[in-house]
Amino acid sequence: MSLLFGRLTLADLPHEWFTVGGTATILLGLLGIAALLTYYKRWKWLWQEWFTSTDPKKIGIMYILFAAVMLFRGALDAAMIWAQQAMSVGSNHGYLTPAHFQQIFTAHGDIMVFFVTMGFLSGLLNLLIPLQIGARDLAYPFLNTLAFWLYVAGAIFINLFFVFGGNFAATGWLSLPPLSGLAYSPGVGVDYWIWSLQISGVGSLIAGINFIVTILKMRAPGMTLMKMPLFVWTSLCSMIMVVSIFPILAATLGMLWLDRYFGLHFFTSDFGGNPMMYINLIWMWGHPEVYVLILPSFGIYSEVVATFSQKKLFGYKSLVGGALGITALSFLVWAHHFFTMGAGANVNAFFGIMTGFIALPTGVQIFNWISTMYKGRIIYSQPMHWFFGFLATFTFGGMAGLLMSSPAADYALHNTLFLVAHFHTMIIGGALFGIFAGIVYWFPKFTGFKLDERWGRRAFWFWLVGFFLSFAPLYMLGFLGATRRLDHYDASMGWQGLFIVSAVGITVIGVGALCQVIQIIVSVKNRKQNLDLTGDPWNGRTLEWATSSPPPVYNFAVIPTVQTRDAFWEQKQSKTITKPVYEDIVLPRNTAMGMYVSAFVFLAGFGLVWHITWLIFFGLIGTVVCIVMRALDQNTEYIIPAVEVERMEQVWKKN
Amino acid sequence: MEKELENLALKNFEIEKAEKDHFGFWVYLMTDLLSFAAVFAAFAVLRNNTFGGPSGRELFSLPFVLIETFILLTSSFTCGLAMLAAQDGDKKKVITWFSTTFILGASFLVMEFTEFHKLIVEGNGPQRSGFLTSFFALVGLHGLHIFIGLLWMFIAMVMTQKRGLTIKSKSNLTRLSLFWHFLDIVWIFIFTIVYLMGVM
Ligand code: HEM
Ligand SMILES: [Cu+2]
Repeated sequence: MSLLFGRLTLADLPHEWFTVGGTATILLGLLGIAALLTYYKRWKWLWQEWFTSTDPKKIGIMYILFAAVMLFRGALDAAMIWAQQAMSVGSNHGYLTPAHFQQIFTAHGDIMVFFVTMGFLSGLLNLLIPLQIGARDLAYPFLNTLAFWLYVAGAIFINLFFVFGGNFAATGWLSLPPLSGLAYSPGVGVDYWIWSLQISGVGSLIAGINFIVTILKMRAPGMTLMKMPLFVWTSLCSMIMVVSIFPILAATLGMLWLDRYFGLHFFTSDFGGNPMMYINLIWMWGHPEVYVLILPSFGIYSEVVATFSQKKLFGYKSLVGGALGITALSFLVWAHHFFTMGAGANVNAFFGIMTGFIALPTGVQIFNWISTMYKGRIIYSQPMHWFFGFLATFTFGGMAGLLMSSPAADYALHNTLFLVAHFHTMIIGGALFGIFAGIVYWFPKFTGFKLDERWGRRAFWFWLVGFFLSFAPLYMLGFLGATRRLDHYDASMGWQGLFIVSAVGITVIGVGALCQVIQIIVSVKNRKQNLDLTGDPWNGRTLEWATSSPPPVYNFAVIPTVQTRDAFWEQKQSKTITKPVYEDIVLPRNTAMGMYVSAFVFLAGFGLVWHITWLIFFGLIGTVVCIVMRALDQNTEYIIPAVEVERMEQVWKKN
Repeated sequence: MEKELENLALKNFEIEKAEKDHFGFWVYLMTDLLSFAAVFAAFAVLRNNTFGGPSGRELFSLPFVLIETFILLTSSFTCGLAMLAAQDGDKKKVITWFSTTFILGASFLVMEFTEFHKLIVEGNGPQRSGFLTSFFALVGLHGLHIFIGLLWMFIAMVMTQKRGLTIKSKSNLTRLSLFWHFLDIVWIFIFTIVYLMGVM
């Protein structure tokens, strides 16, 4: 082991076709972007307006763009998995080696959960929470940039093996021991995995604290808890889960790292370690995590359904109660992920029954949305399309989950493609469709123009049809006994037809995604026809629509006072116009410190993967120094004087 | 006139910020408690997995740990005195009491280090068995927190000396003291579950 490079040697640098190809793509892409920025002289703009910004509206947009790039990366993995499975039968062994195939499905799962879904959600929360509660910012602007840059650092980390070599983990998205222990995974793959999740996980934890404090402490006067919009409620529940489970994830990853770095025995199968403990701990994080992903989407559906049915939400209280019920129950069901571990009939019965219970509050939500639509004058716009798609898929997936909540059935279905179909139905049809609905719904708020309707609908139909084409066969394959993560199967199984249908489905989804790209291009081109000058393009009900599109940096010139639930709706009905009294507004200055801290953390992580001791200390000390410098900085805010606020407001009103 | 108004907006902002920071820090402490809980759980699962090696009964010296405990409890007390002084706006006393706390905390850390060193030299390092793995991790995690607390305390003292007891620095000291008391409470659990129950 060399002092300078630890375990990193020339032999580790990329030499397989996929790592070389990946490296080339990444480098060429970065060079291209750099060239464009230089040509248009946009470096300074990028740095000042975006990278160092503390404005949650900008950070939110960066999250969403980054998550979209990651979605592309994750989808590429998915396509590779499906292609392999469609052809690798009998004497044909496909185009991937088993080792490579394993790395792909591991990366696919982690990218989709941590960097796509979590990224989109963090973005939407950043954009909307302050606006919906009538605040000007989040509680901790610096921590917000820090969380974002940690997320970016984690995402770069998961792609790093392309450039710096070694391999990625081949252990599945949760890297269960003893497979992920040193004895069976001696390379650096699992270490890349650990630090990617650890870094981005700490980012999520910080973001969780930030949002909780924001929601509980910074609501506009008069907005009691029971007057909060539903998206705020479900986000609050989601963030409560985040702060409860991400510490467990951090500890668990930390223990796995200790096992691997120092040869300790938390999860080894000898020396008194206990691998099953890891499986318990990781699912104590993992099950609530799936609800972290879905709950904000539930909130989005609630907003969308109310707005486009032009009605008050039906059963607000039971929706809130349902979200809280889901939050509480989700801590009590983790063992349904390993009924087959052999914990005994009573333990399994308890967790099985608890899991069944979760369907109750979930069902309540569905009935409330349907009742909201009842007798409403429904406008069938794009966000409603995604909502209807969700109703169909989610009910489907929920029934599948319920089936598996019975331990007896789960013994047959566990780790088959039936399970894979279940959670994809929930995450794509539930969480992701909600995110899409949210993006089309709030797009005009942050850009000033609406997205093209026709291409949006095309995208939706391709996604929906593609979704069922690719996942319905997986339910069947699961029943036929096909286990998950197969890189090869025997022709006599008779599975190939279904696998091929499934691969076709993925292609159809790809066309849907293409439609979305076209949609954005077309919308930007025709933005003059779709401008939103009022700030309220959908006849909305909640406070974000009371601002201009896009909102000014300070969101609200005068913090609104809230009397009822659909605050903006009431405001519009009453039509009383009082002359606003403007005040000085204090806002956070830009800072690059979040980025610097993440860069040092990243370096420390790299040192930890390759056992480069000096780099670890360099990274850690840099991190501490940056944090202390930030803490001692006395010049972190600036003031917009009242006259300037008044001037900015006049400009908007005139348009 | 203009200037004064600016100050008013900023001042309100600072006061609100101190309140938010206080609440947010409580949320953070709860998350930290949960990560401790996870490692505690690991200890509870692995405590009897000595794999033929020594158990707590053979390794721990209660009088030694008792002294550690007293030192840490006393440091919590002096930390409380420092905070009382901060409320009175007595800068000198704040520094004196935090210095005492610092010395006590550092002594605790040195003792812990001695204990670890002795165990490792005798061949009972964390690689020896599942039990020792979880012991070192749990106690070490607490020690790491103490170390961070000391670092924080040092910087806080220097800054109080330089900038005086402003809204900002008082809010910072309040959070520091919360952190310190929190570590004290965690230690009580470690003392009881790891050492007392380990020896019994
Ligand atoms: C009606 C509510 C639900 C029930 C009853 C339910 C039930 C289950 C059960 C019993 C399993 C374990 C199956 C096995 O491993 O054999 C499971 C796995 C899973 N579920 Fe659900 N589920 C529900 C909702 C959700 C939601 C909303 C999501 C995500 C948004 C989700 C995502 C997942 C994931 C990711 C896995 C397993 C991943 C893996 O093993 O790698 N589920 N579900
Ligand atoms: Cu689950």
